[in-house]
Amino acid sequence: MIAPFMTRASDRGAMVFLGLLIAVAVLVPALNLLVPPSSPFHVPTYLVALLGKYLCYALLALSIDLIWGYCGILSLGHGAFFALGGYAMGMYLMRQIGTRGVYAHPTLPDFMVFLNWPELPVYWYGFQHFPYAMLMVLLVPGVLAFVFGWFAFRSRVTGVYLSIITQALTFALMLGFFRNNFGFGGNNGLTDFKDILGFNVQAQGTRAALFVASCAALALGFLICRVVVTSKFGKVLIAIRDAEARTRFLGYRVESYKLFVFTLSACMAGVAGALYVPQVGIINPSEFAPANSIEAVIWVAVGGRGTLTGAVLGAVLVNYAKTFFTTGALAPYWLFVLGSLFVAVTLLMPRGIVGTLQHWWNERKDRRAANGGPVALTDPQPAE
Amino acid sequence: MRFFRDGLIALALAVAVLIAIAGPGRAQSFEAALAGFTTDSFRDTEKAINDVAASGHARAADVIAALQEGRLLFDPGAKKVYVRTQAGAIVDAASGEPAASVAPADLNPVRLNNRLRRAVEAALGGLTLLAPDPAKRLEAAQAVFRSRDASALPTLESALDKEADARVKRALAQARAAVILNKADANDDDRLDAVAVIRDRGDQEALALLAALPAGASAEVKKAAADAIGWIEGRLALWNAAQNAWYGLSLGSVLLLAAIGLAITFGVMGVINMAHGEMVMLGAYTTFVVQELIRAHNPALFDYSLIIAVPLAFLVAGAIGILIERGIIRFLYGRPLETLLATWGLSLILQQAVRVAFGASNREVGAPSWMSGAFELGGLTITYGRLWIIVFALSVFALLLGLLRFTRLGLEMRAVTQNRAMAANMGIRTGRIDALTFGLGSGIAGMAGVALSQIDNVSPNLGQSYIIDSFLVVVFGGVGNLWGTLVGALTLGIANKFLEPFAGAVLGKIAILVLIILFIQKRPRGLFALKGRAVEA
Repeated sequence: MIAPFMTRASDRGAMVFLGLLIAVAVLVPALNLLVPPSSPFHVPTYLVALLGKYLCYALLALSIDLIWGYCGILSLGHGAFFALGGYAMGMYLMRQIGTRGVYAHPTLPDFMVFLNWPELPVYWYGFQHFPYAMLMVLLVPGVLAFVFGWFAFRSRVTGVYLSIITQALTFALMLGFFRNNFGFGGNNGLTDFKDILGFNVQAQGTRAALFVASCAALALGFLICRVVVTSKFGKVLIAIRDAEARTRFLGYRVESYKLFVFTLSACMAGVAGALYVPQVGIINPSEFAPANSIEAVIWVAVGGRGTLTGAVLGAVLVNYAKTFFTTGALAPYWLFVLGSLFVAVTLLMPRGIVGTLQHWWNERKDRRAANGGPVALTDPQPAE
Repeated sequence: MRFFRDGLIALALAVAVLIAIAGPGRAQSFEAALAGFTTDSFRDTEKAINDVAASGHARAADVIAALQEGRLLFDPGAKKVYVRTQAGAIVDAASGEPAASVAPADLNPVRLNNRLRRAVEAALGGLTLLAPDPAKRLEAAQAVFRSRDASALPTLESALDKEADARVKRALAQARAAVILNKADANDDDRLDAVAVIRDRGDQEALALLAALPAGASAEVKKAAADAIGWIEGRLALWNAAQNAWYGLSLGSVLLLAAIGLAITFGVMGVINMAHGEMVMLGAYTTFVVQELIRAHNPALFDYSLIIAVPLAFLVAGAIGILIERGIIRFLYGRPLETLLATWGLSLILQQAVRVAFGASNREVGAPSWMSGAFELGGLTITYGRLWIIVFALSVFALLLGLLRFTRLGLEMRAVTQNRAMAANMGIRTGRIDALTFGLGSGIAGMAGVALSQIDNVSPNLGQSYIIDSFLVVVFGGVGNLWGTLVGALTLGIANKFLEPFAGAVLGKIAILVLIILFIQKRPRGLFALKGRAVEA
């Protein structure tokens, strides 16, 4: 159903996006490290960390867009996968502290010494090795999503029911991680990180490197999503989004498609969380809060669901607005703005920014084509 | 033993007769006993304490109390005993007359050691066992039950004979049994009787008493005690289960209150209203405002504050609900995921508005007098607040059921839910019904807020803590079915409370969440699912 010009246009959009991302990945660290602080072009280190944080959010938004925008699965618990990836990274960073903690214990993190834990719990084993930790960043959210999705999709839990149980999932995880005896630092979470791969987490160079890594992860995530949604597989996903029952009757195993894309999306969210933690310096159970997950959904809605660039744009824009509002005298009004954003976007601009632009652009093309040839079909509307 | 008891009764009677007719003689024995305090020897003091207590003299309690507080003084030269009153005046111990001529410097306090202090306590306990006030006697009986002091036995027996109040009599009998169980020289028959009495008491203290039998007890007594322990433990376990069920019922009624409005908006209309919790919060704040106004203008009405707040909360939350439906939700029918997002945004706005208007901290909502306090029902402790909330939840449920079943509005609501197009053809203004239905669901949430203000913190986040639970209740019970909501709420409440002792509060909650997630996999449409094609539409 997608006309050739549309593919070309979105191809061009993808190229522009990747070009921009590479430019940012080169320029920001260069302006931070090479330009002296006195220069007006200097990018201060805090800004590098802030932009890095936005990029992690953008990757999270991308993972939500992949399942919501292209497969119609609205997960209100994606913050859980993000936080789990973050915790896996946080555990690696905790093990790197070594004897430099307050209690100077060689293996136990401070909070375990404080709680009189005799030894490291089994599930903390191996996290001092970076590759193992990175594997866990992918595996823990991936396996959870696989098991959860396996149960949910096979019994055909769809629509709002799925949304509500994903929310219950992240809520249950939040309650669990708040407990001290879970062994993840209780409500203080994991913090006071020192080193990552031998480099000081606080150092300017490390921050720049993490920023570049975030850009790379986002670019990679974008490319993976793009490959998925433009392939034949992606067409089936869109078919599932628009008419699930019909797709099933056509002989496709809907639950397998959903399960694959849900698990992939959870792994992406995990990577986003893993990059997020060293840049903000802390991970605690409030990351599991259902409100966080819903907020991430609105980034996608603002940018335009069903458009990959839109998800990224939405995440950066909304988070920039959040930073702008919450750091000044306007702080009490931020929730009004965020709340109105939810209402306004769903009522007035259901396609989001990029989606609306694309729609407008296509209509213009159609009108031009209609002047010369037969009237083109309007693009299909998603049926919930 | 019977002989002994009869003898004691005779003795007590004799004492009573003496008290009645032989005042002067009694006074003499009291004064003679007092003289024991003047020798400054612990042995004499102990005898004096017991004699004074046994004399039954009107001043005996005062004297012993003064001794306990170090206010009993004696003049070693004149062999006279005085009491320093609480106010500091010196009075004669025997007569209570002020003793002006005595110089305080000549007086020494009567000294006590630990052994004597126990004797003093026992004597005081014995004296209050005969006090005219039943509450005092009950307290004294319980004190003896705990102290198991053998020296109180004679007083206990005479008190038991005279007692008319059934409750006090039971407490006295239990105290006597406790004393006998621990008395070294009691015989087996008495001990067996005592075990039976203690068994009937049936609480933790009885358990402790039976578990700590003195070494001299015979095998028979030990066996009886072991049996009694088993019996009590079984009974306590039963009561414990009943108490858990009660707590569960109470939690279930709270869940029911929070979820019942949602059962209308989500279950009947199919609208995902994430701002539902905020309707509950608005109801709680309405209660707060009503109470503030009453406190400021007419404090006498305070007991009626909740009754005034219930309709007001219904109107406030209902009006806001209608506004939301007309302003936002009607544009989003048929797009449940968008409705979810828009109402979530709305909930953020409402929370922040309340935070700006009332501040972020918790607000104090008081309980009217008829909602505070508790009563005992067998082994259950039932607080009036919880009881009223259960009653309130069930009556709201019944009212709503009646409204849907028997009124024109209910009929039209059901018609619109079942087939919107046909209902419109029949002349029902579906838009108006949508608004009213949503207003009804929101108004009920507001009423729930009045009840929840009694058991939860009234803060802008109040609604947030209920929204996930409410959705789970509705989904668990089955969408579109009010009975399902009732069963779902009570089941979840009771299951939660029974899991708590094993798993702890947080793990219990997690277990419930996981169980519901698994349950929804098994029955995606809930416990009482609607059947047929209408479900898929």
